[in-house]
Amino acid sequence: MQLKNKKIAGLLSVATCTLLGGNAQAESETWDIDSALLIYNETDRVSAIEPVINAKKDLGDDEILSMKLVLDGLTGASANGAVPSSQPQTFTRPSGKGSYTTQANETPLDDTFHDTRVSYSLNWDKPLDRNNRRNLGFSFSREYDFTSVGANALWSHDMNQKNTTLTGGLSLELDAITPVGDTPQGLTDMDDRIRVSSSEDRTLLDLLFGVTQIIDKNSLFQVNYSLSQANGYMTDPYKIISVVDSSGEPAYYLYEKRPEDRLRQSVYGKYKRQLDNKDIITTSYRFMSDDWGVRSHTLDLTYRVKMENGYFIQPHVRYYQQSAADFYHYFLTDTQAIPEFASADYRLGEMTATTIGVKVGKTLSDKHVWSVRLEMYQQSGDSSPDEAFGQLQNQDLYPDVDAVIAQFNYSFKW
Amino acid sequence: MKKTINAMLLLMVMVMMSACSSLGVKPWERGSLSRDDMLMDADALDLAFDEHIYFSKEASSGGQGFAGGGCGCN
Repeated sequence: MQLKNKKIAGLLSVATCTLLGGNAQAESETWDIDSALLIYNETDRVSAIEPVINAKKDLGDDEILSMKLVLDGLTGASANGAVPSSQPQTFTRPSGKGSYTTQANETPLDDTFHDTRVSYSLNWDKPLDRNNRRNLGFSFSREYDFTSVGANALWSHDMNQKNTTLTGGLSLELDAITPVGDTPQGLTDMDDRIRVSSSEDRTLLDLLFGVTQIIDKNSLFQVNYSLSQANGYMTDPYKIISVVDSSGEPAYYLYEKRPEDRLRQSVYGKYKRQLDNKDIITTSYRFMSDDWGVRSHTLDLTYRVKMENGYFIQPHVRYYQQSAADFYHYFLTDTQAIPEFASADYRLGEMTATTIGVKVGKTLSDKHVWSVRLEMYQQSGDSSPDEAFGQLQNQDLYPDVDAVIAQFNYSFKW
Repeated sequence: MKKTINAMLLLMVMVMMSACSSLGVKPWERGSLSRDDMLMDADALDLAFDEHIYFSKEASSGGQGFAGGGCGCN
C-alpha cells in the first residue's frame, strides 16, 4: 500500500508539474475552473466544511485533462450505536484514554469525532477515433485513520450517428484503515479492549455498463448497471452494540462486526428534458441491492427555471428508502446467543430520507457562473420497534438525523 | 427455463437496440442538447458532494458513476 501510495503521489506531482509547465508555455489557452465550498451541519451532531477546486483543460483534439482537490474538515459527535438508557452511561473512548458519559434517556454520541480529509483525483479523457473515447482516472484520499488509492478506466462508443453511446468501465480501489486505539476484536466486550491489529485493509472492484440515448432534440436518457465487489475490513471500529438485560437496561457493550465480503448491484436511470420555455427537468431513479440484505430506492428530481438576465433557479427533491441489513439490530439481549455478525449502526437500519432544496445562480460574462445551494436533509426510521421491551419502550431507538447543506459555487475561465 | 430466459433477454436487447436506432436527431438538431445544463453530468460538483454526503449517511452509493468510496466514513 505504501509503495502504491508513493507511486500515485509521484504520478500526481509529475502530472501537476506538466500541467503548470504547459500553461506557462501556452498563455492563450484557458483552464475551466470549478470551485465550491460546502458547509454541512447536522443538528447536535457532525459538522463539515469542504472546499473543492476542479481544473479542466482541453489539450487539443478534444483531449481533456482534469484535476480535482478536495479538503474536508469534520468535527462533532456521532452516534456510537448504543441504545439510550434510563440511567447515565459511560463509554471508554476509542483511544482507550478517558471516557465520556451520556445522560439518562439520551442517544449515546461519541463527541470525539474530528478528522481532516485531503483527496486528489486526476482524469484523462481522450478520443481514440471518431466513435470511441477512453477515460483514465486516478484518485488518492487521506484521513487521519484512513488511506485510499484508486484507479479507473472507462471506455465509451458512439453509434447511430452519435445518438447512442455505450459505456463500460472498471474501477479498483485499495483502502487502508488504521483505527485510533487499534482494531478491536468484533463482538467482544468493549471494556475488555481486545485488539487484533493496528491496521486493516479492503479492496473494492466496480464494473459499470451504460447506455446513453438521445431521444429527440430536447431530451435524452441514460441507463447504467453496476456491480461492486468489496472484500476486507468493512466493520466500523468505533461502533458498538448494547447487550440489554431483562428490563431493557444495557448490561454491557460489544464492538460491532460486519461480513468481510459485500456484493452490490444497482440499476440507475436518468432522464433530462428541455421544455418549450427552456426550463429543464431532470429525474433519476436508482435501485440497489446487496448481499447484506439492503435494498434501496432513490428518486431524484430537479427543475431548472431559466430567468431573465442570466439567472436561474433550481428546486430539488430527493427521496431515499432502504431496508435494513440482515445483521442490523437495535440491540442484543443477554439471553440470546451472540450472532456471527451484528451492527447497530443507524446507517444500516431501515429508514427513509428526504432532501428538499433550491439552487440559485447567474451566468456572468465570459461563462463565469456563480450559484448558491441550500438543502435540508432529514433521515427517519422506526423509533419504537416491536422488539423494544422494558425501559427501551420509553426510548427513541432511531432518532431523526436532520442536516442543513449550504454550498457556494463559482466557475470561471483562467 | 434457462433457454427461455436467455431468449427473452436476447429479444429485449434486440428490441432496445432497434428502438434506439429509431430515436435520435440529426447533427444540426443538437442546439439544445449541447447546452451545458443539458449534459448528463451538469452540476458535477453538486453530484460529487451529494455522493459523498449520502455515502456517509446511507447504505447505498454509486449508480451514475462508480460506487467506490475514498472515504473512511462508512
